[in-house]
Formats: sequence, C-alpha cells, structure tokens
Amino acid sequence: MKKLTLLLISFIFTLTACKPVDINAPAPVYDTGIEPNTWALIPMGEFFSGQFNFETTIDYDYEMMITHVTNQQFVEYLNEAMKDGYIKIEENKVIGYYPGDEFHDGRHEEEIPAGNYIHIPLDDPMLRLDYDGQIFTAQPTWANHPMTMVSWFGAKAYCEYYDWRLPTELEWEKAARGSEDTRPYPWGETIARNNANLITSRDPFEDMNSFGSRTTPVGFYNGKTYDGYVTLDSPSPYGIYDMAGNVWEWTSNVYEEQHYRYLRGGSKDVYENYLRIWIRNSSIPTYISPSFGFRCVK
Amino acid sequence: MLALKTRFNYLFTSTKGLILVAIALCALISAFFGSLSGPMADLGVKDVIVKTFGIDLVESEREGRLIILYHTIAMAVIAIETYMITDLVAMKENQRVQINSTITFGYLAAIIGGLPFAYWGTSWIMHGIYIAGLTLIFFAGCLLAYALWPWRSEYKVKNTAYAHSKSGYDLERVAFFSVSIVTLASALFGAIPGSFYGNGFFTFLAENVVREPIKTTLQKSIIGHLHIMLALIAIACALIICRYMDFKGILHKIAMPLFIIGSIVLSMGTWLVVPFEGIAHTVIYGGSTIAMLGALLLVIYSWDKLIKTGLEEKELKKGNFFQGLAALVRDPIKFGVTWQMVFMNFTVSFIGIFVAVKLEEIFRNWPFMDEKLILTGHWHILATLTATILLLYYADLAGLKGKARQWFGWSIIIFSDLAFGAVTVYEMKRLFVEEAYQQPVVNITNLLGDIGLVVVLLALAALMVWRLIDLFKKNGRWSQEVHEKLKSYVEEK
Repeated sequence: MKKLTLLLISFIFTLTACKPVDINAPAPVYDTGIEPNTWALIPMGEFFSGQFNFETTIDYDYEMMITHVTNQQFVEYLNEAMKDGYIKIEENKVIGYYPGDEFHDGRHEEEIPAGNYIHIPLDDPMLRLDYDGQIFTAQPTWANHPMTMVSWFGAKAYCEYYDWRLPTELEWEKAARGSEDTRPYPWGETIARNNANLITSRDPFEDMNSFGSRTTPVGFYNGKTYDGYVTLDSPSPYGIYDMAGNVWEWTSNVYEEQHYRYLRGGSKDVYENYLRIWIRNSSIPTYISPSFGFRCVK
Repeated sequence: MLALKTRFNYLFTSTKGLILVAIALCALISAFFGSLSGPMADLGVKDVIVKTFGIDLVESEREGRLIILYHTIAMAVIAIETYMITDLVAMKENQRVQINSTITFGYLAAIIGGLPFAYWGTSWIMHGIYIAGLTLIFFAGCLLAYALWPWRSEYKVKNTAYAHSKSGYDLERVAFFSVSIVTLASALFGAIPGSFYGNGFFTFLAENVVREPIKTTLQKSIIGHLHIMLALIAIACALIICRYMDFKGILHKIAMPLFIIGSIVLSMGTWLVVPFEGIAHTVIYGGSTIAMLGALLLVIYSWDKLIKTGLEEKELKKGNFFQGLAALVRDPIKFGVTWQMVFMNFTVSFIGIFVAVKLEEIFRNWPFMDEKLILTGHWHILATLTATILLLYYADLAGLKGKARQWFGWSIIIFSDLAFGAVTVYEMKRLFVEEAYQQPVVNITNLLGDIGLVVVLLALAALMVWRLIDLFKKNGRWSQEVHEKLKSYVEEK
C-alpha cells in the first residue's frame, strides 16, 4: 500500500511538471482555395428549425459570407474604421459606441446602457494581429484564420461598418441546414473527425499535449489534403464553410430580459454533439475568446 | 435444475442477492454505455460498439437517450436502497416480499424496455415496457411508504438510546417514512409535467435551459425534479448508513429531526420552483442545510465510534492524534461510507455555495459552456459518490475481509476522490486559467479523472467477478447469504 501511494504521488508530480503553453508555437500555412470575400445566397422559404424540427419560414432572401471573417479582413476594417473615427483605442483596447439595450429588469438580467464597449483587446497575446501605433497588420501565419478575440460589440460593428449585419439565430440555422431536410450537421447526418475542426479532429494545427486545439484557416474542410491530412468537403447546402466547428459564431438577437448574446456552430474545443446545428452557446457581449468568431449577412 | 433454482432463489428473493443483481446490472450498463462517450469514443471504441451491436444513434435523440439511460441506472439504485431499507427497518415479511418483488419487476422492466427504446430504434412497445417499469417502481414506493408507517405501537423503540417521540415512536422510522413520501411526490413532480407538457417528444437536459430568462412550467418542473430526486437518494443513503453504523445516542436524537425536517423542507422548496421561483431557492438552501447538519452529526458519531473501537482493539484507553487517526482509518469500508459524505461537500456542496455567492463573477460572466461544465459536473459527482457509499456498504455485506477488504476499500476511496477532485478542478478551471492556456490543466484533470474512474470500475468488476465465481460453488457464500438479514448487522432497536 505504501509503495502504491509513493507511486501515485510521483506520478502526479510528473504530470504536473508539464511545460507551460507556448501560444505562439509555429503553425503551418495553407491556402485552402476558398475565397473569404464570397457570399452565398440563402433564398426565402421554409426550413426545419431547432432540434425538434419546427417548420419555420424566412420570407426574404439574404446572403451570408461563405467563411468566417478572417484576421486579414478584420485588420483592413480596423485601419479604415480608425481613420473614419468609427472606432478608437483607449487603454489598450479597441472600443466603439453602442446605443444600449432596453432594460427589463429580468431575472439575472444585467443592464447594458449606451456607451463605449470593448471590441478587441490589444494586449492579449492570443490576438493574431499587430498594431504599431498607426497600422494594424495580421500575423502572416494567421491571416486566413477566423478573426477571434472579438466581442459581440466588435463583431456587430464590423458588419455594420460595411452596411451588413450579424445573422439572427434563425438566419444562421437556415444557412447551416438548408431547406430540404432535418440534418443535424451542415453536410449531412453523421460526423467524422475530418469533417470539421473540433476537439477530436487531429488537424495539423493542434497539439493536445501542449497548446491544445487551434483554429484552422477558413474553408479548410473542403475535401483537400494538407500535408497528408485528408479533409472531407463539408459545406452547408448553400456552400457555406465552417458552419460547424472552428469557432463559435456570434449572432445578432437581443432577447428581452437577458443580457446574454447567443453563439452557434460549436468550436475547435468541443465534442461533436456541440456541433449539431441547433446547439446554442451564450455569453455576455463583452466576452473575448480565442474560440469566438463571426460572419456577416446582408 | 435444482442448482439453478437455488441460485435463482438467492439472486431474486434474498436481500443480498437482489442487491448483487442490481449492482451487477448498474456496472454492466455503466461499462457498456460509458464506451459511447469520452475517451472511449475518442479511441474509436464507440464506433466498434455501435457497429457490433447495431446501435442506432440518431443525433436529435441524444438528450432523450441520456435521460432514459440516467433513469434506468437511477431506478436500479433506488431498488438497491429499497432492498436495504426493507431489510434494515422493521416491517412485516409479506410487506417486504411485496415491495421487493414489485420494485424488482419495475426496474428490470425499465431497463429491458428503456435501453432498447433509446438505443436500438424507437419501438413504442419497448417504451410501454419502460413506462410500465417506472409505474411499478412508483407503486413499490407506495407500498414501502405504507409499510414504513411509523405510528404503530409495535414499531415503538425498545432502546431509548435511539431518537424517539415522547410516546416512544421511532424517529428514524419517521425519517425513512417522510423521505419515502416526499420521494413519491417528487417523482410525480417530474412525471406529470413531463407527460402533460412534453409527452416525451420534446426532451431536453435541464442544464441546457438554465439561461432561459422565462422558463416554462415543464422546464422548471424538470429542473426541480432532477435536483430533488438526487438529493433524496443521497438522504436515503445517509439514513441507510445511520442504520449500518448503528447511529444512536444524543447525536441521533438531534440528527433524526434534522433529516425529517430537512428532507421535507428541501422537497417543498423544489416543488415551489414552479409557482414561486424567487423564494424557492431560499427554501432549498434552508432545507439542504438542515439535512446536511443531520449528516454531519452522523459523521461525527461514526468517526468517534471508529476511533474508540480502534483504540479499544489496541487496548488503549486514550490515544494521541496519530493513534486516533490510525484507528479511524483502519477499516476503509466503515471509514469510507462517511468519508465520502465529507468529500461530497468539497466537490458538490461547497462548490455550489461558492458559485452561488460569486454568481455575478462566475455564471453572469462565463460563457454558457463553462457554466454547463459545473452544472453537469456537480450532479454527476453527487450521484457517483452516493453510489460509492452504497458500494462500500455492499462490500461489507458481501463479506470482504482481510487484504481484499483493504485494497477494495482504499481503491474506491482514493480513486473515486482522485477522479472527482480532478473533475472539480476541471469544471472550475476558468477561475484560475485562461482558455488559451488551459490545455495542460485539461490534460492532467482528464487523465486523473479517467485513471480514477477506471480503477473504481476495475475494483467493482473484481467484486462482481468474485461474487460470480462464488455462484458456481455448491456451498459458496451465496448459500449462507440466502437466509441472512441485514438487520443482523446492527443492534436491535
């Protein structure tokens, strides 16, 4: 029994003596061949929403970006928007004005009054952008990866700067599922580890022994092979990529009696059941995460 | 044929045999369906199991499958507790037989109907068998409550060292009775709204709806139902351990009213969630604190008894701290049943209180997925620690002795605590590590959690194999146990 205890203690010590995480560990650079500045048309019509397949209608056409907004796209926006005075930098944060939400004093609701709110933090090492005091640039390795470390306010401001908007939850769901069937994943009924960037995807960007899972370039899961890693072509029925996995996507809805904002699609850090189309995540709108990104609709 | 008949009689008519069958089924279900998630899925075991056994995993039915899986395991655990109660608490023999046979048919039907319905295509015949099973269990609960009726003169305490009313009625029996009544009401609290509003088609896990600002009656009922059922299973387990440890004296006299009031107040609090959600939480905190105080007194009594007995065995009148500690832990089974209750506070109660106090900093700020980890983590831990307590008790009933008893007891205690300690750190990790830097914490906690659970399951498997081998012996332990009563392990009240 004493031997076993000693063995157990030494085993725990060995485990806890792991190296610290190097978040700047090198990552491969791949051109996925998917153009981020492309939009897909989602035609008006019926579709099945939610886990229990409610017949739902969206009575207008809209277009959605076929990939997440990339770091490269976001720096272009930052540079333009800074010049226009649309956003500004204060205390190492990019901030912007938000007119506030109507407060209903709901259970656990927190007030979001009009004011300036964080869009991105400039001093967080997980931000894959650089700022030299004048110009923002995307770190070359991460230029075609989803823009992360962006709050709901930042994502909304990006879309609205170009007269676009964040998708509503229902718009997002129709774009992911199509109108033909009740599929649980954007590409169909089942999921394999090379359908999407999830915790078990074993893609070339992850190392579960040190820094864990990282984002993949937008449109990565398009049937191409990258240094031996074979991906399955996994767009939604409308040809939209990464609607499951990689990063959670901010959606636009502001619901009465709550301050949370909702995210869809699952991320690189979760198991396959969280990639099902109807699964929702939520967060305060100022939350900044390396697994939160967004795309726009118009 | 006679050999089969005698063994069948042992397994399905004797208390120890019935407990053994239910534990074995729990172990088999956990091992088999556990291979469909977590590291086993990642290693590819899930795919093999799914293909080999033709399991039909429809993605949109995942929540429904889990609900039925939880219910089948819970029904077996409730059956185990019922077998223990019908043998530990005085009642007529025909009542004991009626209750045990009804609940045995009930939980077996729940398993036989429920699991095929959930995992092998939605056959409504199987669903009917499952519902019939749950109904039989409820009926067995009614029979149990009737049998436990405390206000009969023949059940008055003979030994005044046990808690009793002025007129001599047994307060421990009142505690068992009140827990059985509120358990029945709480079962209806899930079943009626579930059938009326959801009718089984709109299944959801309670942890997935916590952020809905305005919850439906069904959502509130289901959240209340799962919390109270788990809490009442834990309180019933504590009462069983009271009997096992032969709890008596002044602490017993204080603890029993606490268990009675605590379980009633706690139950009422969860029922109030539907009409008065605002005050319900205050009532729940009050009830759970009272019930936990009762459990604390049980722990104090048990540890004091174990130390005194241990020192007496060494012929010491009074020992120093280390001698006292050695006496306390000399028998991991008897120490473990109450130690796990203490450990439960570190991993469940204190965490619950902490997040409630820090509500604004934690749940109001964290993403839902991080909140959900705590919600699912804490009730899995509560359920499994309760199961380990029952398992340790069964190991004693099964006659584990000597080194096997030490190895089994310490394996269960150390490795379950290791696993659940690791899970607690994992679920609370956002307090001390940012998302980008969390992987080593995730790896270590997952590894320790997996190691802990694997060792616990191996210890359980070893116990089951030992008992299985025993069944093949003509005069194995089973042949004596067939007539043994659990009551014989404790003093006559």
